[in-house]
Amino acid sequence: MHEILDVIFNINTFSAAIRISVPLVFAAIGGVFSERAGIINLGLEGMLLAGAFAGVLGSYLTGNPYIGVLFAIICGAFIGFIFALFTIKFEANHVVAGVGLNILLLGITTWLMQILWGSRGTSVNVTGLNEITIPVLSSIPVLGKLFGSHNILVYLMFIVVIISWIILFKTPFGLRLRVIGEHQEAADTLGIKIRKIQYTSLIFSGILCGLGGAYLSLGHLNWFSMNMSAGRGYMALAANIFGGWNPLGAFGASYLFAYTDALQMRMQALNLNVPNEIIQMIPYILTILVLAGAMIRSRPPAGLGKHYKTNR
Amino acid sequence: MNIIEFRSITKKFGDFIANDKIDLIIKKGEIHCLLGENGAGKTTLMNNLFGLYNPEEGEIFLREKPCKIDNPHKAIELGLGMIHQHFMLIDRLTTTENIIAGEEPLKNGLVDMKKAREQVKQISDNYHLAVKTDEKIENISVGEQQRVEILKVLYRKAEILIFDEPTAVLTPQEVNDLFTTLKELKARGKTIIFITHKLEETMNISDRVTVLRKGKVIGTVNTCDTSPKELARMMVGREVLLNVNKEKCNIGDNVLEVKDLSLTGKHNNLLLKNINISIRKGEIVGIAGVSGNGQLELEECIAGLRKVTSGTIIMNGEDITHIPTGIRRKRGLSHIPSDRLKRGLVSSYDLAKNIILGNQDSFTKNGFLQKKDINEYCKKVMEKFDVRCQSLNDTVDNLSGGNQQKLVIGRELSTDPKFILAAQPTRGVDVGAIEFIHNNLLEMRKKNKAILLISAELEELLSLADRILVIYEGEIVSKKNKYTKEELGLLMAGKKVPKGKMKELEERLRND
Repeated sequence: MHEILDVIFNINTFSAAIRISVPLVFAAIGGVFSERAGIINLGLEGMLLAGAFAGVLGSYLTGNPYIGVLFAIICGAFIGFIFALFTIKFEANHVVAGVGLNILLLGITTWLMQILWGSRGTSVNVTGLNEITIPVLSSIPVLGKLFGSHNILVYLMFIVVIISWIILFKTPFGLRLRVIGEHQEAADTLGIKIRKIQYTSLIFSGILCGLGGAYLSLGHLNWFSMNMSAGRGYMALAANIFGGWNPLGAFGASYLFAYTDALQMRMQALNLNVPNEIIQMIPYILTILVLAGAMIRSRPPAGLGKHYKTNR
Repeated sequence: MNIIEFRSITKKFGDFIANDKIDLIIKKGEIHCLLGENGAGKTTLMNNLFGLYNPEEGEIFLREKPCKIDNPHKAIELGLGMIHQHFMLIDRLTTTENIIAGEEPLKNGLVDMKKAREQVKQISDNYHLAVKTDEKIENISVGEQQRVEILKVLYRKAEILIFDEPTAVLTPQEVNDLFTTLKELKARGKTIIFITHKLEETMNISDRVTVLRKGKVIGTVNTCDTSPKELARMMVGREVLLNVNKEKCNIGDNVLEVKDLSLTGKHNNLLLKNINISIRKGEIVGIAGVSGNGQLELEECIAGLRKVTSGTIIMNGEDITHIPTGIRRKRGLSHIPSDRLKRGLVSSYDLAKNIILGNQDSFTKNGFLQKKDINEYCKKVMEKFDVRCQSLNDTVDNLSGGNQQKLVIGRELSTDPKFILAAQPTRGVDVGAIEFIHNNLLEMRKKNKAILLISAELEELLSLADRILVIYEGEIVSKKNKYTKEELGLLMAGKKVPKGKMKELEERLRND
């Protein structure tokens, strides 16, 4: 029992959870921006996967992991745009388009891996992102351990969380976006340029997923493997819902999921007399419980999943 | 000055011509009513003006210059503002946020909420449109929501205000307030276009009236030179009886009795409180109230769509409180639901299926529906209730609102019911259809049926009901045989009529 408590409150668990949470946080905020624009985004999963692939590809071609991140951003933006095209212009059902996108991107990344590196399983090793140590912060006892030394995407994540919150709740763009997600027709009658804002929002969503994906592949593994995102996109969508379609909430929810994951990994190492499979279930059980609770009180944007057609 | 001029505007939806070569002139500073039945093309015409639709043909002149308005953004820039029938408000945002969205005051690139609030306050004081600047839309009354809509338009410096059926959701008192606002706006030089299908309002508020019918302009008249009767004739294309003839009826035994009915909501709030109603054969009992005061809940309880918390409902001497809806219907309940599209019809089904809905067992032989019998029956119902359509295979969503409602009423009244629960039977229906529906309800009364009429239309209640009960916040606050319109309005708003005031009202009525 003592050992378990030790793991639960161990600073290393909290620190590991930060690392695990990064792709979730990026994708979850991507989800916030998409769903606040009224578009259900199951495509987060595929966007993460594509971002992870593009990151490795960029680093593989240039040897520079930062170029890899740039590749992931461009790739994410492009996929965000394509997704917007399908859901907005062609009025596809959002769920079907999202699932379709995921299947397509799983296929494409696996196929390209086969062509480029001759393997369907994993890519070659590439240069990953190095850790940056912040001089003063890293020497402070607890904070240093938590925040002192990470790669650039982790720091960027914290910035994105705050900036996204400001964009959403303090800027004209954010107010208009929220109006669109609730009631597109009302936005139209207010003279708001709905399409422009929706496209921007979805492209931004794609970029964030690209960054999350780049962290998956270039963050510490430094390679790409088939279906690398492994459901994180769906978890991120759940975190977005649990977080109340708010970047801060999305961060909190992602961190909670990540923490249980970190906990589960450490508990496996304890050699408790419990089958590992049971321990591995912890994060998922928690996700279900949390979501069941959150769903009752959560209130999605009123226009989520709806198409609005003008008669112009 | 002709501030707006439509020149032969045509707008089609597929084969349907919603606006057929419309010519219309609006003068600066007037209140101009667009009068017409539902589906006459009033709203479509205004949506053309506001850039929500693009007409196929014709030109719009604004301030005597030709203008192409292809989106609302442009319309707003040109000084147009529209107050829509279904409010374009975001429930979860505050009044201020709703008003400024799209044209936010800025400070360092962020929305300057302080300035926004001040600006809203200033306009609201200026035009006597009281709103709470930081309250969420979902927490304010319908009247206040409408004021927010008007403020939205004024905030964008509109010179021409289009009101699309603004009184449909208001209490009589709120209507008075709105009319005061309209006069105030006119006094400040604004031009107002007022869309309505109500004759009385048109006579009250407008300077000029243009009547539309089936997408065409029938004519424009000065309000002072016309009468409700003439306007009704222009609207419908034939003579309309504005007042129903109600014959005396023999009132018989109790058919429906509601005893001490109470209902609590999700959060333990009382939705209905000790409701007692009894309705006898050959009697129409009216429930008056501003929508949202428990009428829907009462309707659901009586129809068996909602479980009551306490109390009993007795129909023909039998306790039906815990009997499911289907069986209640078999025992003689007919229900004209307040929301025809949600509860009355399956809009993607064809007309025939909708007409036998709930009664399908009578048309079944050995487990199969008998198409021939169904068609025969449906033809009869459609003819009797004047449902106009292309064919029985049309789906309901191809019908106009009035025809949809007549279909529901036809179905419900054709099964020889004992008790008719008629909730908002003429909601969103035009004058011609209203007349028809009223006559049918009265015919049912003559046939000794018991009818409970839940309605938000005072005229309807006053002309049809034998007795009226006023519901306010889930409670019957008053029951009498005769009311004046003013009295009902006050009671519906939750105000008690003071004794002295009552005399004054009566006197005023006598003098009128």
